[in-house]
Amino acid sequence: MTTDNGGDVRLSGISKTYGSFTAVHPLDLTVPEGSFFALLGASGCGKTTTLRMIAGLEEPSSGTVFLGDQEVTHLPPYKRPVNTVFQSYALFPHLDIFENVAFGLRRRGIKSVKKQVEDMLELVQLGEQARKKPHQLSGGQQQRVAVARALINHPKVLLLDEPLGALDLKLRRQMQLELKRIQTEVGITFVHVTHDQEEAMTMADTVAVMNAGRVEQLGAPADLYENPQTTFVANFLGTSNLIEAAVDGKDGDDIVLAAGGGKLVLPQARCSAPTTTGGKVLVGVRPEKISLTHIDDAGEIPGGRNRITGRIADSSFIGVSTQYVIDSAVCPEFEVYSQNIDRDARLTPGAEVVLHWSPAHTFGLDAAQDIDAGVETVEEEAA
Amino acid sequence: MASVTEAPLLAPQSDKKPPRKRGRLVPYWLLLPGILWLLVFFALPMVYQVSTSVQTGSLEEGFKVTWHFQTYWNALADYWPQFLRSVLYAGAATILCLVLGYPLAYLIAFRAGRWRNVVLILVIAPFFTSFLIRTLAWKTILADGGPVVGALNTLHVLDVTNWLGFTSGDRVLATPLAVVCGLTYNFLPFMILPLYTSLERIDGRLHEAAGDLYAKPFTTFRKVTFPLSMPGVVSGTLLTFIPASGDYVNADLLGSTDTRMVGNVIQTQFLRILDYPTAAALSFILMAAILIMVTLYIRKSGTEDLV
Amino acid sequence: MAFVRWFKRNLVVIGGLLTLGYLLLPNVVVTVFSFNKPKGRFNYEWQQFSLDAWRDPCGVADMCGSLSISLQIAVWATIGATILGTMIAFALVRYRFRARGAVNSLIFLPMAMPEVVMAASLLTLFLNLGAQLGFWTILIAHIMFCLSFVVTAVKARVMSMDPRLEQAAQDLYAGPVQTFLRVTLPIAAPGIAAGALLAFALSFDDFIITNFNAGSTVTFPMFVWGSAQRGTPVQINVIGTAMFIVAVLFVLAGMVISNRRNKQKA
Repeated sequence: MTTDNGGDVRLSGISKTYGSFTAVHPLDLTVPEGSFFALLGASGCGKTTTLRMIAGLEEPSSGTVFLGDQEVTHLPPYKRPVNTVFQSYALFPHLDIFENVAFGLRRRGIKSVKKQVEDMLELVQLGEQARKKPHQLSGGQQQRVAVARALINHPKVLLLDEPLGALDLKLRRQMQLELKRIQTEVGITFVHVTHDQEEAMTMADTVAVMNAGRVEQLGAPADLYENPQTTFVANFLGTSNLIEAAVDGKDGDDIVLAAGGGKLVLPQARCSAPTTTGGKVLVGVRPEKISLTHIDDAGEIPGGRNRITGRIADSSFIGVSTQYVIDSAVCPEFEVYSQNIDRDARLTPGAEVVLHWSPAHTFGLDAAQDIDAGVETVEEEAA
Repeated sequence: MASVTEAPLLAPQSDKKPPRKRGRLVPYWLLLPGILWLLVFFALPMVYQVSTSVQTGSLEEGFKVTWHFQTYWNALADYWPQFLRSVLYAGAATILCLVLGYPLAYLIAFRAGRWRNVVLILVIAPFFTSFLIRTLAWKTILADGGPVVGALNTLHVLDVTNWLGFTSGDRVLATPLAVVCGLTYNFLPFMILPLYTSLERIDGRLHEAAGDLYAKPFTTFRKVTFPLSMPGVVSGTLLTFIPASGDYVNADLLGSTDTRMVGNVIQTQFLRILDYPTAAALSFILMAAILIMVTLYIRKSGTEDLV
Repeated sequence: MAFVRWFKRNLVVIGGLLTLGYLLLPNVVVTVFSFNKPKGRFNYEWQQFSLDAWRDPCGVADMCGSLSISLQIAVWATIGATILGTMIAFALVRYRFRARGAVNSLIFLPMAMPEVVMAASLLTLFLNLGAQLGFWTILIAHIMFCLSFVVTAVKARVMSMDPRLEQAAQDLYAGPVQTFLRVTLPIAAPGIAAGALLAFALSFDDFIITNFNAGSTVTFPMFVWGSAQRGTPVQINVIGTAMFIVAVLFVLAGMVISNRRNKQKA
């Protein structure tokens, strides 16, 4: 092995169609060596298909797959230096834990596997369980076996297909940190597929948000969150308040917008949409960036902030914060998350309030998109 | 998940021929020997049977295809009572199997607890002894003047069955009752096992839910349990009725010349009288009748995928 | 009143147990009459206790010979039907191909056909081809009717198997052959074993199809059939009882072993 970019994954123009259905539209993607990369999206968005094309379990309809400088597009999975942690683990039920972990080594004709397997089981803290069968382990332990079974082969890339989907919430948090620790320790490229945005943001260096077979946006978690480029990303990653506004003019580096009779300011740099005077733009702001002030105290609000007036429709106390739903002429059901530092007793449903936030926290999106794209509905959640 | 594994074969080819071919011919090679076997030794014989049924001739001079359909009419005219008996006896045995088998299947599925496996083994265990030997045992059980016949006599059951024409005099052996009893016995496990399989799949909490929603135990059975066990009922009745209608062992060992079924006639024509055309015609009529009945029945009960 | 309530609640259990009794009664009779010393040629009436038949199970002419033929046919039919049936089952579950519906029907029809029809039509084939009836024609027939049952048993098992297991094996450097031998086959094994056992039982006990296609070869069921006409030796009951005991012991041993294995691991 030379010092070439051996662990890079490069997808160039790969696509996958089943009959007339396109699961993945032609896609270019580079995952740098040693990074923790997440493919995030709702079910059916093409993220698992993309992963399976890297693994060799699915043949692309077009395009090429490179691992480092080696083209592997048409190599069968058993000839690729890539290993997968499968959804619901796919541990071999007829083999014990030791043999499950040793499986890949034995297939490659390695005779003395004992030391390696034991070390690997230590790494995932399962040394005691070597002679048990998979069904005798808990979900979290099975998950770690699946990771060990893949990692022991020192793959160039480790693919994880919804690896934590079968675990309960608390265990999932724990395993997220565990996987992150292992990744840092072994330094292998991880490509992680998940539908859980929190999981993707917690673990990955880079997140690609996929929707309907396309990558909507790619970037570091904080970047994606603070500066979404599409309504889908804005709604799918966390919650966004989106307001339809008309472009009124420009003020230096800022765009001035008119919405519901009021005036909003948006930095030009944070707007991904074309802005011509008179045109429409969607103005977005995250619920936790907004401050609430009772209408009686409106005078105390510092100048230069974006303001909207409205009435509290609903409030729910969460503990660390209180979540308000506010009706305003500009946007119905405006969401505001307010830290419970000093609670204003007047902020109860029915109260008239002013919402205000710094223009720097405002982002602008193309108004031609579906404003509700990526909003999770109850039915989707159940599916 | 099936769609995922099968997907590679559905994928359209890219312009460039991929160097790797995912064995498109593999399924055909896997199927070939077994399917060939069934075609040659199951399907082809059906063709030969039809051809034989329209032949005329004799054993000495040989048979020739003469499209002599008259054989069918003659066979039906001569042997309609045997056909009728086959349907009646097999039908009676199927109903009896359902009535007797349901409680046992229910017992295994819901009431047997840790004895479940033991009872299941006891249901299958008789299979381990040759069914002919077990059928012969019924000759002893139903023997004239034996305890079973004595008890039936004392309880005046025989008076009722005599009146119905199922038995005659003080005898059970050599009567329709004995034949139906033997058929029921022989095919009972074929009813119990599918019933058990479909009952076992029913979530026990459904019974509790029905009870919670004011259903009395029998109503729960009628409205919840029985409808959910329909797949078992359908396949159980088919697995009982089909072999029973073609059976000739019970009619021969436990019955008399008055209880001969169509199977007996086919067997005699084929193996003793050597009138192949008539035997083939009878066999074909039986096959066609069964296929039509099964198709109608499956349509009506709306169950697919019996395999 | 309490009794009536108890009776009502346990009606299903009582009914079920009565049915179980009905199912097992003939086996009891067969066993009891294996210790009989009949007066005439037929062993239908109880006379007196005797161990004669158990001391000399092969004392009847041709009986043990027919038993050996039946065993041989059952073994070969089981092997043949299991191999062919397993291949078909895999093709049906794991691949998509043309004429799937036709293949399914061809598998289903032998199970939905009265035996006598298959027996008679197969005989017309053999007669038309001028085949010599005997061991080979019986074997051919047995593989034919056991095949569908094997397919059904194996298919059920393979269908419930997660295809990701095979993908995982491929991902872990096992080629197609290795994947099949190391993962697919071991996991499908219980289904294949069930199919094989069923095939053995069906073949060993078959009478109707065998009777039509045996020529002058006599299998054990045919021997029993013939003896119902000529006279039933007590040894038939001995064989029937012995088979029953061996099979039940076999099953019990299997249960004990699997129980112990589960306990060890837990």
